[in-house]
Amino acid sequence: MNNEVIIDKIFKGSLRAVGLVLLGIPLLLLGVMFFYSLPSIKAFGFRFIVGQTWDPVKGMYGGLPFLVGTLLTSLIALVISFPFSFSTALLLSEYLEGGILANMLKSAIELLAGIPSVIYGFWGLIVLVPLLRKLEMTMGIPPYGVSIFGASIILSIMIIPYASTMSREVMRLVPGDIKEAAYSLGGTHWEVIKRVVIPTSRSGIFAGILLALGRALGETMAVTMIIGNKNQLTFNVFEPGNTMASVIANEFTEASDTLYLSSLIELGLLLFVVTAIINFLGRKIIERYEIKGDDGALLNE
Amino acid sequence: MKESVLFERVILGSTEEAKDIILQLVNLSAYFCESRIVKNINLAIEKNKVTSIMGPSGCGKTTLIRCINRMHEMSPGGTTKGEILLYGKDINNMNAIEVRKKIGMVFQRPNPFPTMTIYENVIAGFILNGIRLPKNIMDEIVEDSLSKAALWDEVKHNLGKRGIYLSGGQQQRLCIARALAMKPDVLLLDEPTSALDPKATAKIEELIVQLKESVTILIVTHNIAQAARVSDNTAFLYLGELVEYEPTKKLFTIPRDKRTEEYLTGKYG
Repeated sequence: MNNEVIIDKIFKGSLRAVGLVLLGIPLLLLGVMFFYSLPSIKAFGFRFIVGQTWDPVKGMYGGLPFLVGTLLTSLIALVISFPFSFSTALLLSEYLEGGILANMLKSAIELLAGIPSVIYGFWGLIVLVPLLRKLEMTMGIPPYGVSIFGASIILSIMIIPYASTMSREVMRLVPGDIKEAAYSLGGTHWEVIKRVVIPTSRSGIFAGILLALGRALGETMAVTMIIGNKNQLTFNVFEPGNTMASVIANEFTEASDTLYLSSLIELGLLLFVVTAIINFLGRKIIERYEIKGDDGALLNE
Repeated sequence: MKESVLFERVILGSTEEAKDIILQLVNLSAYFCESRIVKNINLAIEKNKVTSIMGPSGCGKTTLIRCINRMHEMSPGGTTKGEILLYGKDINNMNAIEVRKKIGMVFQRPNPFPTMTIYENVIAGFILNGIRLPKNIMDEIVEDSLSKAALWDEVKHNLGKRGIYLSGGQQQRLCIARALAMKPDVLLLDEPTSALDPKATAKIEELIVQLKESVTILIVTHNIAQAARVSDNTAFLYLGELVEYEPTKKLFTIPRDKRTEEYLTGKYG
């Protein structure tokens, strides 16, 4: 065997090793979390997911309020952020080609992704919560200020960069010759966007939304600071609530007994599973809408 | 009187008989920013004939025909000077959208819309323009256009399939059908066979000759043999200038210009 072949083998082997390590990490994570949640799983079983009471004093642990809180904040955040992320993506990919405004807007969006979440939390407490209180007072409902809705607004701002950047890139990747074909048939810019650019890039746009959703589901710090940390099941978005991530962050240090700690870890496991399920479903949807490349003739000439 | 003066000026070579002219380029120049790619071209295109624009790579052939459906102005820095008269009316004074409906285009690489079925691809021009037609009329347009593009028999049972699942040659004929569906006066073909194999090329060439009964065709090619096979008139472009414009037979047998002769004999290309 000559030297080059050996080097090639070593290279391939080390790549494979890195791959295996990366494959092992989530499995290990899942295994450890499952092991430490065993006491809680044994004690509550399925009731952990449907149980509405979270009472450390009585030793009762039900995770439904947090499951609902997590899904509610994330979905509302997604709905609020989509118009912004989608239109900035369209603006940057189709209307502004370079120029000061485009560069500034791009940097601003990237900056949003770089701001530490504790800063978002501060901003939310200082600016957003008082505003929400005023709004709630004029609406004649209890002015908590800290609420699921407040957390959703903060989340929506935090996730804009993920959806926006991804959609922008896929829209830019729509082949120029397809757009030219549409123009050559007498399409206007708007018609070309509507009939060609968006349909062609829809799977990527969806992938961006999914990325943003994943970010929203797991966001901890900012949400913890604004959501109000009330362990109750509520669908009223103007009331305080809690999410899986924020309850773990809040109560982990005070979890004194094994069952309490184990229940918190099981919440983590639940968050892990929810995120995995949503990712899996999203991937299926993306596959369905994906435009397959030219893989030869199916019909023979 | 302007018309007749132009007529004299633009018909190169023999002017022994009045010809049926559909499209006239008058002193046409095209620019990318400062650099002039197409230089002062005068050309009269005969109706229901195939005219080929031939020349080595980079001579401005593609830029020239992209001026004719006003696609050139969409390229960054693309501008034109001079007149392009369709039935005597300057297209630069018309709405670009309307111009593109009258002057269709087929591109170098087959580019069916990937999200659309074969059926939708054919009526894409109507979909894009938001024109809604009754189902039976659309069916008629689809069958008629695909038949004209010699593709109907191959796809009539698969109209609901995505256009990108066809072979390259079939895709290109689908693109021709898509352009024909808009019932254009002129069809611009920009090296339509350069991405295709010889068999698919032969089929497209055969189609071009058939099509001239219903539409005037302007084809850009760097393939000398192709120009000889399909076209009635040939223009030879070199470094952005129109060197010679003659009936194809004449240009190929007795080229007047030395550069044409050199190109035909493979001195450059």
